[in-house]
Amino acid sequence: MMAGTLVSTMINGDATEFVCQTGETLLEVLRNRLGLTGSKEGCGTGDCGACSVTLDGRLVCSCLVLGVEAQGREVGTVEGLADGDSLHPLQSNFIKHAALQCGICTPGFLIASKALLDRNSNPTDEEIRFALAGNLCRCTGYDKIVRAVRATATELRKK
Amino acid sequence: MADDPKFKNRKFKAVGTRPPRPDGLDKVTGRAKYGADTFAPGQLVALVLRSPHAHAQIKRIDTSKAEKLKGVKAVITSKDLPDVTNGDRDLYDTLENCLARDRALYDGHAVAAVAAIDELTARKALKLIRVTYKVLPHVTDVDAAMKPGAPIVQPRVYTRGVSPKPKSPSNVAKVSEFGHGDVEAGFKAADVVVEKSYKTEQTHQGYIEPHACLASVGPDGHGELWVTTQGHFVYRNTCAALLGMDVAKLKVTASEIGGGFGGKTHVWMEPIALALSRKANRPVKLEMTRDEVFRSTGPTSSTSIDVKIGVKKNGTITAASAELRYQDGAFPGIWAMLGAMTAYACYDLKNVKTIGYDVLVNRPKVAAYRAPSAPMAAFAVESTINEVAAKIGMDPVDFRIKNAAKEGTKSSYGPTYGPIGIGPTLAAVKKHPHMRGKLGKNQGRGMACGFWFNFGGETCTDLNIGVDGTVTLTVGTVDVGGARASLSLIAAEELGIPYERVKCNIADTGSLGHNHMTDGSRGTFSSGMSTIFAARHAIEELCQRAANTWEIPVKDVVWHEGNAIAKGKKHKQLQPLSLGDLAAGSENTGGPIAGHSQIVADGAGVSFASHICDIEVDPETSATKVVRYTVIQDAGKAIHPDYVEGQFQGGAAQGIGWALNEEYIYGDDGRLQNPGFLDYRIPVCSDLPFIDTQILEIPNPNHPYGIRGVGETSIVPPLAAIGNALSDITGVRMTHVPMSPPRIRKAIKEKQA
Repeated sequence: MMAGTLVSTMINGDATEFVCQTGETLLEVLRNRLGLTGSKEGCGTGDCGACSVTLDGRLVCSCLVLGVEAQGREVGTVEGLADGDSLHPLQSNFIKHAALQCGICTPGFLIASKALLDRNSNPTDEEIRFALAGNLCRCTGYDKIVRAVRATATELRKK
Repeated sequence: MADDPKFKNRKFKAVGTRPPRPDGLDKVTGRAKYGADTFAPGQLVALVLRSPHAHAQIKRIDTSKAEKLKGVKAVITSKDLPDVTNGDRDLYDTLENCLARDRALYDGHAVAAVAAIDELTARKALKLIRVTYKVLPHVTDVDAAMKPGAPIVQPRVYTRGVSPKPKSPSNVAKVSEFGHGDVEAGFKAADVVVEKSYKTEQTHQGYIEPHACLASVGPDGHGELWVTTQGHFVYRNTCAALLGMDVAKLKVTASEIGGGFGGKTHVWMEPIALALSRKANRPVKLEMTRDEVFRSTGPTSSTSIDVKIGVKKNGTITAASAELRYQDGAFPGIWAMLGAMTAYACYDLKNVKTIGYDVLVNRPKVAAYRAPSAPMAAFAVESTINEVAAKIGMDPVDFRIKNAAKEGTKSSYGPTYGPIGIGPTLAAVKKHPHMRGKLGKNQGRGMACGFWFNFGGETCTDLNIGVDGTVTLTVGTVDVGGARASLSLIAAEELGIPYERVKCNIADTGSLGHNHMTDGSRGTFSSGMSTIFAARHAIEELCQRAANTWEIPVKDVVWHEGNAIAKGKKHKQLQPLSLGDLAAGSENTGGPIAGHSQIVADGAGVSFASHICDIEVDPETSATKVVRYTVIQDAGKAIHPDYVEGQFQGGAAQGIGWALNEEYIYGDDGRLQNPGFLDYRIPVCSDLPFIDTQILEIPNPNHPYGIRGVGETSIVPPLAAIGNALSDITGVRMTHVPMSPPRIRKAIKEKQA
């Protein structure tokens, strides 16, 4: 067995250390070493977006990032979206607008939607659709997802 | 009568509302546990070795080096999953599909598997397994497979459904014929006859969650399986049969499911995980990669279909026939049969005949995909219907309305219809603002209809009342997209309590009687019926407890809006006893209060939909974009309208992907060339418009609330609706799905030439 590499990182605001092999993806580390299974593997090739996380605030597919690349950086996952017992408005609106059916793509959509709203507080429907084009959903036809994101944007602008 | 399934009109309080789903919070916080999201102490990681050949004899498998690798705990081949199927042909097919025996039958067919302490070790071990193949001739095209001299995929398969019984094996596994009347006389009586041939390519359900499971079997013959599945009871029965285990000793728990659409109704690699676990005596986790999902699990059939329709100038169809050739992959199925049954189900026809040929090819075993087989047949028929309408100068919607099936129509596949929704969905199309909307430049409009049978089946449900008067509803049908919300609404409705007082759980196989899987749009229909019956049994018990408490005859007690009420003036001093009151006192009135139901839910109402589509075609590149889409479908009764709309929209989106882009591409070597989401491109958010929905409610007379399944029909009309819209704008009839830009361009050029 190869010796692992010690990685120090911040995950959802918490200082975290883990040991991983250099070939392991960040997604594998999150899921298999840290028990953060909210990020999903739908393809392992960066095509489906189910593993979407943020790395220093930037939206990435965690299946295309190596675990060791998290060294000294900040990782944001679906597990960190809610603030204590209050859900992020995107989370509440996904439930309210029935924007999920099976729910496997939902963590990725939430992360990608948050990344969009963080940089554009008033996106058009087309901007929403293109911002979420890297996330596959096979259940909803995206209709209710776009509506939930739009409703969240409106809600956040009123705050 | 607690168990009376007949529809009775009523005013609903809970049903028809849109409360938040009970599993919503878990799913937006990442807490929900899917197939790959659970871990067991000491678990091993399993990987599967798959055939790179479309068809090959497996002469030898040498696993000795892999077994010697440090960290490898078990290696299996077909020898470790011996044939204990006792002549059950379907079960043997399943066994052979799970793990190849003497031959690999398609690119991606499993031939061996390993379990090791980690993935890296398992990957190394796979590379150490030496398989000696003798490559055999293969066939992947459905028409080619039917030709004389084609390589025989399964020497044990002789054509079924023909007489006399054939003397030699054939790739035609089954011939199925449906219809009535005299089509030849009908065609003679026609003023116009249109004949057309169509092809559709193979598509995959494309669920985002790959197959995954965690298996644990001990040498004592007891085991557990955590798995993403549409039917854990069915998986239990199949896995137990394949492994020679007692059904009761294998406990299967359904994880949250990340999409199935029919693809998770069949076992694929679960028996491998169980066999590895049994051999290693350790828990084994097995997750498929996306490549494995595409290469070796349930795509739908590719097809080749001939359609012939004869019509009078006044618009009456005099005869209709179709020959439908569907490939089943390497194992016999019923896919052409279903195509032949559904092809003309929308119409009232005097003379109709369809023949389905189920054909074996060297591709993965075909599985159900949402209204399996119906979309391709509907593509062929609904495209031709438009051609026929054009030939006689009739509006295609009016033409459909004139020939639509109605209550009392003998369907093309046999049964006579009760009250059905095809007429009403077409009337709604005529009235819909979409039909009057202005089309932009380079845009065309089309519409098409679709049908699906729906299914009921074995269902078992428990309803337990807690000491605080809250209700635990325990069902055995997997929730694929909001069923727990709908079933909770139904329990709340029946008991007369708030939705928030009900908690619906999906039981593991150790906790409830057998349930058929969630297929055939049956989840809400059948578990809904069973929930109603279970609630009514609980109400009978609640009334009995109230009668005991009051010391009056139970016939004097009625249940009304969550309370037991003593009927009549003589009992007017008796205050109503609420569900909470009765639950709190249950310890002293006879113990726990529960209702149970075990049924075969018959009478699933057939389902019809009509879709309208506007499409834009780039005149230079033939790139297409759906710019407006409307789904109109009969739901019988929409329990939770949000999730009914969701089914309509999701099915339409899958149909749009199928129509325009998705296809399996096989090379001449018989290998799948696009086993990934980059090259097998399903619709993304920016590809689609909002999908408008209109829910019609024509009650199913065979369900207490009038429910019909709603999950599948929405994928049936899009192929033809899009084909008809393309024809409207380009003047070209597309006959090959997917109607991708190169095919559209080619068709336009051919017409111009």
